[in-house]
Amino acid sequence: MLTVDPIEGCFQLMGGDFTNAGAASSELKSTLTKLGVVSNIVRRVAIAAFEAEMNVIIHAVAGTMHYTITPAMVKVVVTDMGPGIEDIDLAMQEGYSTAPDWVREMGWGAGMGLPNIKKNADMFKLDSVVGEGTTLEITIYIREDDEG
Amino acid sequence: MKVNDIAEKIGLAVTVAGDLQKKVTDCYISDLLSDVMAHSKEGALWVTLQTHPNTVAVAVIKGISGIVITNGRQPEPETIKKAEAEQVTIMTSPQTTFEIAGQVYQILRKS
Repeated sequence: MLTVDPIEGCFQLMGGDFTNAGAASSELKSTLTKLGVVSNIVRRVAIAAFEAEMNVIIHAVAGTMHYTITPAMVKVVVTDMGPGIEDIDLAMQEGYSTAPDWVREMGWGAGMGLPNIKKNADMFKLDSVVGEGTTLEITIYIREDDEG
Repeated sequence: MKVNDIAEKIGLAVTVAGDLQKKVTDCYISDLLSDVMAHSKEGALWVTLQTHPNTVAVAVIKGISGIVITNGRQPEPETIKKAEAEQVTIMTSPQTTFEIAGQVYQILRKS
């Protein structure tokens, strides 16, 4: 494995900005593709990042998505200023959502986001303080035997 | 089977022509965006009633070969703008999702 400096970057996310939803994740996806990361890993990171981005847009006032890419892994940390999650176990249950009706009409808020993020991540850490915000940290390892 | 071929066979109207030569390898039907995020496969044609711009973002992230909007619905102007920028194909049809699904199933099964 080459020893190279990690590649890092950060995106600002605005709560309620549905028009630009997915812009951060798309850019991260394109960065990983350009770096030659195998497509299976790119796909998993992109899905997890997009769902995390949507959670900020749906629930929070604002947030950031910070990524670190090394030859061995991709780490994404999404921090928001939002309402926080009261019951994380409940939030992790497929089908549970606190999204408002108008968001559900758009096809979001099905309670699939967090479980899907977890499914695509090798490491998944969710910390939240009600009334302050939420931090989601995921890591996806790049293994040499990953299929392209 | 390419996006173009399917559009011609079923009579889909192409609203935004992304890569019409892209291969359609599967099809997924859903109006829940997270469901598409979780379960659609790369190269799939996505049949939906949703018309808002987030559909384009989902299509980009998932490598969707084309979006088909059914029941005579039309994509929102912002959706068209995003799709043009991202080169995502959007097609429409007056037919129902069921009718489109049946035809796509027949076509993909034979190809």
